[in-house]
Amino acid sequence: MLTYAVYIALLLFAAAILLCLYRLLRGPDIVDRILALDTLAINLIAIIVLTGILMGSNILFEAALLIALMGFISTVALTRYLLRGDLIE
Amino acid sequence: MAPPGQMAVFPSRNRLLIGSWLTSVRTRFDMTLLLILLLPILFLPAPLVLRHAPRAAVVSALLAPAIIFYLLLQLLPAVLAGQVLLFHYDWIPALGLAVSLRLDALAALFALLISGIGISVIFYAHHYFAGKPDAPRFFAMILGFMMAMLGIVLSENLLFMLVFWEMTSLISFLLIGFYGQKQISRRGARLSLFITGGGGLALLAAILLMGSIVGSFQLSDILAERALLQQHSVFPWILGLFLVGVFTKSAQFPFHLWLPHAMSAPTPVSAYLHSATMVKAGIFLMMRLYPVFSGAEVWFYWVVAIGFMTLLVGSFVAIFMHDMKGLLAYSTISHLGLITLLLGYGSEAALTVAVFHLINHALFKAPLFMMAGSIDKAAGTRDLRQINGLAWHYPWLAVLSFIPTAAMAGLPYLNGYFSKKLFIVESFQSTDSGWLAVLIPALAILGAAFSVGYAIRLFHNTFFNGKPRDIPNWPLPAISGWVYLPLACFAALCLWIGFWPEVLLHQLVQPVVQAAQGNVALTTDFSPYDLAILQQHPWLTTISMLTFAGGLAVYSARKALFAWHAALPTVDAKDIFESRMQWLIARSQQGVHLVENGSLQRYVIYLVLTALVFTSWPLWQLQQWRGELALMPVDAMSAGALILLMVMAISVAVLHRQRLIALLFTGATGLLITVGFARFSAPDLALTQFSVEVMAIFIMMLALSFLPQSSPQEKVRYRAKRDAVVATVAGIGVAVLSFAVMTRPQQSISDYFLANSVPGGGGSNVVNVILVDFRGFDTLGEIAVLAIAALAVFALTRNLRLKGHSPSAEHIDAWHGYAQPYPLILRTLARPLLPMALLVSAYIFLRGHNLPGGGFIAGLITAAALSLQYVACGIRWAQVRMLTQFRPLIGAGLLIAGLTGLGSLLFDHPFLTSWFSYFELPVIGKFELATALLFDLGVYATVVGSTMLILANMGRLMTIHGPGKEIG
Repeated sequence: MLTYAVYIALLLFAAAILLCLYRLLRGPDIVDRILALDTLAINLIAIIVLTGILMGSNILFEAALLIALMGFISTVALTRYLLRGDLIE
Repeated sequence: MAPPGQMAVFPSRNRLLIGSWLTSVRTRFDMTLLLILLLPILFLPAPLVLRHAPRAAVVSALLAPAIIFYLLLQLLPAVLAGQVLLFHYDWIPALGLAVSLRLDALAALFALLISGIGISVIFYAHHYFAGKPDAPRFFAMILGFMMAMLGIVLSENLLFMLVFWEMTSLISFLLIGFYGQKQISRRGARLSLFITGGGGLALLAAILLMGSIVGSFQLSDILAERALLQQHSVFPWILGLFLVGVFTKSAQFPFHLWLPHAMSAPTPVSAYLHSATMVKAGIFLMMRLYPVFSGAEVWFYWVVAIGFMTLLVGSFVAIFMHDMKGLLAYSTISHLGLITLLLGYGSEAALTVAVFHLINHALFKAPLFMMAGSIDKAAGTRDLRQINGLAWHYPWLAVLSFIPTAAMAGLPYLNGYFSKKLFIVESFQSTDSGWLAVLIPALAILGAAFSVGYAIRLFHNTFFNGKPRDIPNWPLPAISGWVYLPLACFAALCLWIGFWPEVLLHQLVQPVVQAAQGNVALTTDFSPYDLAILQQHPWLTTISMLTFAGGLAVYSARKALFAWHAALPTVDAKDIFESRMQWLIARSQQGVHLVENGSLQRYVIYLVLTALVFTSWPLWQLQQWRGELALMPVDAMSAGALILLMVMAISVAVLHRQRLIALLFTGATGLLITVGFARFSAPDLALTQFSVEVMAIFIMMLALSFLPQSSPQEKVRYRAKRDAVVATVAGIGVAVLSFAVMTRPQQSISDYFLANSVPGGGGSNVVNVILVDFRGFDTLGEIAVLAIAALAVFALTRNLRLKGHSPSAEHIDAWHGYAQPYPLILRTLARPLLPMALLVSAYIFLRGHNLPGGGFIAGLITAAALSLQYVACGIRWAQVRMLTQFRPLIGAGLLIAGLTGLGSLLFDHPFLTSWFSYFELPVIGKFELATALLFDLGVYATVVGSTMLILANMGRLMTIHGPGKEIG
């Protein structure tokens, strides 16, 4: 039963990723793109965790943790660049 | 030539030989030799440190040669009795290179000359440089040179000798260019380096050939193999290369051209290097290897011919030199030619005369240079047309210079007299065939007459011959009385040898000759060479008178000769050399520009094309690309992700002109690759890929803040198409190559790693065990490279100031108006994130040995969390709170990693062997400790330090209010 649920979840997240990528490609604004990238990272976390459940191993969870942590940092960096044109000042 | 495998013979053979030497009575092992060699270098820093106290500086510089001289005198009696002192230490046995020293009579004579004349030159230089800041630099270089020269004469290993040989060329280059701000000095230095350096290469080739034939570079082995070498088919090559090497150093025709141009050096340098020591290095080596070469017919013809040519050219040209030092330089050339010529004869008596004259030349030429230097310094010119009649201004100088000048001319009861006598006697005795029997003595007398001519010119012109004309420093200043001290010493020695030449001949020269011949007992009867007997020789006096008459005649006819010489077209070797060099430099620059013009596109296309050429041919040769392994099934998700990956990658290429957007797509591509690694069970790679991706984009965005926001349009239309084609072909090529490799079964080393990871490295994460243990040395190299890259960024941005750079309209447009620099929400959110991230980082670090993670990833996480503080709260805020600078952190990381590696040496294990064990602690339970963890800590610290150094310095560039202190 869990397997089916996982597969369905995977499919849904895959669709979400596709939509994110569409936003990333289309834009139209740079803000849309950054938002798309951030959402993409979150969806990927979900995909990784689901793959881990499917494979019955918890070895992939650190990757998810890392994406969660670093994804935030890169989003901050991107937005800050947009706001100020400079990362560190 | 011996096959390369034979090289391995060296070490064992050396050890055997050393053993047998030590047992023989005539040799002794002596550490003093090493001390003699190292003393100058030990004292080298002293004059530099004491540069503000000139007296102390000169005393410290004098100490080294004085101690060496004393030590040599201590060893001298044993050495003159025929004992050979040795020192041996294997350096690189596989190459036959050893720190091997030898002191016999020949080496001792040269070492005495080097240290003895060194003392006088340093003493003289102190007064020569008085009042100028140059002296300490000069002392340091002259001490370095002294060590190099001692190395040449003391080396027992020919390769070891060559190191010092090259060192003398280099230091001579530096000393000739001592006044580097003058063009003439730089050009002279370059010419001399070119000629002597080229000769050094030829000598290297000769030594390698000899070494490969004999099977050892030890002098004792080579000297014993005379027959083997002389009968070998490559002997003419060895001889030719050897002669090119020594002739360039000893300024023999036609390589003599550098010596006159070396006279732009300060006079103490000319006195020491270019008359007494360095130019004698070639002569020394000819004497050292005399047993190998002498007696060969080729040797006789070449060495005698070149020596004669040099003698005549040198003495003839010297007469025309208006420059005092130029005259002395050509005179040195002619005397070197004379010594070479005598060595060429190959007879024992001629060798004796050569050694005798070598000593004499050093004793009378050094003071003449000092005289010239003093006059040059006092008068401000060395031009003999201006310098006249100085005897009334410097009477003592005139008296003291008269003795060496007269010795050079060969006046009776001076050292030069005796050696000239012997030379002429030799020239009569040593010929065998008919026409040579007449030609050689005739030319010898001619050369002697010329040398009398230039000696008279030097002395008469300087001290008499009317009054001074247009002297720049008028009235002439007084010369310090101390300068006369070395002059007086040399003059006294000239006189002493002139009166009692037999003492020197029998006590010193004969043991030296014996040593030069390879410790063979002398067969020649030297009693007819005694001064008293020579005096009674029937026609020697006549010949002597003849040479003096000839010299006087040449000097009297000087006006006509100068007029004739002035009418000759002037050919300056330096100008020709310089124009050739400029031509060569221009051509090479053109060549370099063809390949390396600063265009990154061009470098990339060269690299890609090279790779294509070298891989496409073997790829084409394959029967079929697909190997025999079964392919994995393709599932819909992987295929879809792959297509997305391609779309992303292509988007980067298409959108590359809008840099920020291209950066976003790069990030998305990286994310997808991360997922790919996770999907195909490579969690380590996924973690690493992702962390690197984030930090790379971070750094690129930092750069983007001061770069244009869009790339310019490519100007040449076809270039984009060309690049697209090359890139596509290369990409397909790589794909095909990987496909071909991965579908074939192969014996991989990974099985070994998998099997040995736990028992050998104590960790179940094979990737990490490979990184910190199996391939620890690679990792050490990699973190060193990372550290160097970070330091390079630091060095490049250190003095770069972009602040005050006003944002462009493009920027403002992208900003959406004004925004707060440090938004409150961001600040509040960023701070608690740091401890959490550090916790994650510590977790990843600690479990790295057994599960995915490790120092590298942990380091990147820490760096990302720290850089978030810089972003959120500003560089000023963050820098104040950073308790360490980054460079010490990098250094500490490298040290920890390196010392962990060295630690294993203490336990007699190879470098970087790791150790691990399991322990029990009450609360925590069983845990493992491994030295690999310590190594990983080094990796961690280096990664954090390097990344932060780059980030913070690039961030500082665009910051108007910096942190107030340097970020490093």
